[in-house]
Amino acid sequence: MAKLIHPRRALSTNPLKSSAPLGAALVYLGIARAIPLFHGSQGCTAFAMVHLVRHFKEAVPLQTTAMNEVSTILGGADQIEEAIENLRKKAAPDFIGIASTALTETRGEDVPGELKLILRRRADFADTQVVYASTPDFDGGMQDGWARAVEAIVTALVPEMTERDSDLRQVNLLCGSHLTPADIEELVRLIRAFGLEPLVLPDISTSLDGHVSDDWSGCSQGGTPVARIPDAARSAFTLAIGEQMRGAAQIIEDRALVPYRVFQSVTGLKPVDALVRTLMGLSGVQDPPPSVKRDRARLLDAALDAHFHTGGVKVAIAADPDLMFALGTALASMGAEIVTAVTTTPHTPLIDRMPCEQVILGDLGDFERQAAEAGAQLLITHSHGRHAAHRLHLPLLRAGFPIFDRIGAQDVCRTGYRGSRAFLYEFANLMQAQHHRATPQDFGAAPIPEEFDHDPQPTRH
Amino acid sequence: MSDALKSKIADVFDEPGCDHNVNKEERQRKKGCAKPLTPGAAAGGCAFDGAKIALQPIVDVAHLVHAPLACEGNGWDNRGAASSGSERYRTGFTTDLTELDIVMGHGERKLYRALREVIEAEQPPAVFVYATCVPALIGDDIHAVCKAATQTFGTPCIPVNAPGFVGSKNLGNKLAGEAMLDHVIGTVEPAETTPYDINIVGDYNLSGELWQVKPLLDRLGIRILGSLAADARYKQVAMMHRAKVTMMVCSKALINVARKLEERYGIPYFEGSFYGISDTSEALRTMCRMLVERGADAALLDRCEALIAEEEAAIWAQLEPFRPRVAGRRVLLYTGGHKSWSVVAALQELGMEVIGTSVRKATEEDKGRVVEIMGDDKHMFDNMAPKDMYRLLKEAGADLLMSGGRSQFVALKAKMPWVDVNQEKHEPYAGYMGMVDLLRAIDRAVNNPMWEELRSPAPWDTPLEQGAILPAHRGACPVTGVPAAATARPVTYAPGEAAGDLPPHAATVMPNGAASLAEAPPSSVTPSFPTSPTLSPAALSALPSSTTDFEDC
Repeated sequence: MAKLIHPRRALSTNPLKSSAPLGAALVYLGIARAIPLFHGSQGCTAFAMVHLVRHFKEAVPLQTTAMNEVSTILGGADQIEEAIENLRKKAAPDFIGIASTALTETRGEDVPGELKLILRRRADFADTQVVYASTPDFDGGMQDGWARAVEAIVTALVPEMTERDSDLRQVNLLCGSHLTPADIEELVRLIRAFGLEPLVLPDISTSLDGHVSDDWSGCSQGGTPVARIPDAARSAFTLAIGEQMRGAAQIIEDRALVPYRVFQSVTGLKPVDALVRTLMGLSGVQDPPPSVKRDRARLLDAALDAHFHTGGVKVAIAADPDLMFALGTALASMGAEIVTAVTTTPHTPLIDRMPCEQVILGDLGDFERQAAEAGAQLLITHSHGRHAAHRLHLPLLRAGFPIFDRIGAQDVCRTGYRGSRAFLYEFANLMQAQHHRATPQDFGAAPIPEEFDHDPQPTRH
Repeated sequence: MSDALKSKIADVFDEPGCDHNVNKEERQRKKGCAKPLTPGAAAGGCAFDGAKIALQPIVDVAHLVHAPLACEGNGWDNRGAASSGSERYRTGFTTDLTELDIVMGHGERKLYRALREVIEAEQPPAVFVYATCVPALIGDDIHAVCKAATQTFGTPCIPVNAPGFVGSKNLGNKLAGEAMLDHVIGTVEPAETTPYDINIVGDYNLSGELWQVKPLLDRLGIRILGSLAADARYKQVAMMHRAKVTMMVCSKALINVARKLEERYGIPYFEGSFYGISDTSEALRTMCRMLVERGADAALLDRCEALIAEEEAAIWAQLEPFRPRVAGRRVLLYTGGHKSWSVVAALQELGMEVIGTSVRKATEEDKGRVVEIMGDDKHMFDNMAPKDMYRLLKEAGADLLMSGGRSQFVALKAKMPWVDVNQEKHEPYAGYMGMVDLLRAIDRAVNNPMWEELRSPAPWDTPLEQGAILPAHRGACPVTGVPAAATARPVTYAPGEAAGDLPPHAATVMPNGAASLAEAPPSSVTPSFPTSPTLSPAALSALPSSTTDFEDC
């Protein structure tokens, strides 16, 4: 439906996307006792870490191979080996996830090959699982890096099977980068309500949900246990949330014959209905639990109350494709008009399906310009959109990554019946908060003559 | 009830300007039109509510409600009358009478002190003091207090004597008008008068509706001198006696004011509406004709006709794009008064079908107009119980309900689009340009894709085609931590009737797995189900497959 526009310009103004390695780092943080390791220069890691810390308000154990000029030219295999050794000494992680950066990719290092050699040589590394994903900064954004990392994990850890040996109570839940910890939690709750047990990958809902824990391990504070990941081969089904998870789901099917279905969105009535119907089929439950039914009835009512504030509203949205699609279609189904859509990566079929005329592959500069031209009434993007919101005098609904000028970003839930309801309220209340007091001039009328105004006199007693 | 108030009510009820009243028998006319309310079946506001609604849009006045908290505390800040000047009218002032005040008879003293405080704090051009049931019952003399306060503080304190129990909202409107006639109108002289000065009575400038019409008046050189009470300043009420013509907007609510302005000051009045295109034109025509009769330049008539022709052509051109989006849609109108007919013509013109309109609070004239516009009276109805309306909306297959806030949820819960056309609405629909806003609202309501989604069946309304046998629960319940019993058995789920025999969810949540279809009558288990907990390849292929994605989300 929508056509993809590549703006003809050399200058990018106010970046929209976060880098691909950062997406990979987040995936690795969704594995228990893990440390993400950037194969690049120290700065690649420092910027990403500050970005993550600003968003999650958590200490993030992100490490670097600290490439210098010499190692960059001569090759970084030694740096990787040294980094793994030091990390093991320091924190004894179960899992180290390596993400390449533009620097090492430009040089063209054969990291998988080098890594194989290192791991063969270093038997002492055996109790740490090391996974590598190629995530050059120059290709795609956070969502792409996220997808590459999940694909790398399932490729490395899900065993090849020749026949099905399914645990019919277990389903894989592959979570895309657009899901917050609270989103994942809501999906887990929904799946469990049908008597099914989700194997969540990656599970940032237990590591980056913002909790105080008793230990300081220097690793991720929760997440999918590494030992559980091979069990994905025994799941009855894979629920892939977000188009970006199709690749990983396909890999699991190819390796272990686990069928999958991609849910391009789980925000809004129809998409959640589709998920629920699938869960009904998987569990054989014709009559879902009362809480699920009540949540749907409440979403209907929320939609009725919210539609006065969504109908005809011109919305500008800038986000990674999956998030843009989920929120955009949910709002379009409520009668809102998507007048501006800006996204970060062309590697997705969702652009065609966006309910708008065009999708710009661009930045927040394009976003601001286009939103102003199209007369948008509300902006949806991450915190950096605040400058555009300020200049255009428009409300900003913060969604995506990073959100650094509001706390609790990890607790915002926009999935499932409950999260969809919250999203409609959030949107409608932002619209209502823009209180415009009409004036005669709005309608082209002359002001009321001043002669009629009261001229206050000091009170007499 | 004091004798003064009693005779005031009798006077208000005996309204020669009201055809309804004039047509009554002599005896009945004296009784007035106070319909006794039915306990247990009454809806709508009281006289105080009516008085407050009529006067609150006077923007620079301090509106002080002499009452226990409910009258103001539950009722303030609930209407969208817009102001282009002072925002004082939005502030809720009340004496907040307590038990002690009432028992000890401190009401009058408290009112006097409250008047002093509000005048010192706000320095308003005037304070309107609203009487309510409790002070009226215990005999507070607000007239005397207001008189004393006016003398002492030098700021007019105007008593508005319409305690709730004397009658309906409509009566309250009229009593408020009487208070203006008795105490305000004629107290201030304008700096200059022109032959183009008018009064507008009975409009409240909700969401700025007056301003949608004002550009038309501006272009004709007509000045709104007096206003009761759309975007009005106190002085504009006090100067009403100097206008040349009065336009009475909201049917008969303030007819006593219009008639007495004519009786006392010789200002003729006409009844008009700015809802709908032809009505706006008609109102402008009548206004100009009457101004010319009272001394305005006769060229005004030509200018008026030219303006009407230009505006009508322009507005139809603007409305035309909506035709394909709204044509054929069936509308149920549930409002009252002049609104029962004033937008019907325009909706019909754009191809919409008005399947019914209520004629509550409508006069005989209003009803006549309905018949005139809709061809017969079959589409007219009076009050309708919410239950009946719900049924009508579901059965008669209306596409849209246009009404006030009270019936909003009848429509919404029937999953029926709804457009607010009463006083709580947030958008102005007056004059020519207001029709575009109204059509936009209708378009937005009926064409929202949400309705189709909302009306579609829930996932569980369609029976499953495939059963499943799940292994017993293992491990601990993630919520309670209660471990699954070692005796847990596999659970079989079956679609269709089998699901009816046993609530499947009950089976899934019980950690001990006691509830299992294995214990249910064998007849409920269809033989075609796989008997092994492991799915056969055939059963797997029947699961939602990875070759199909959800295209419906």
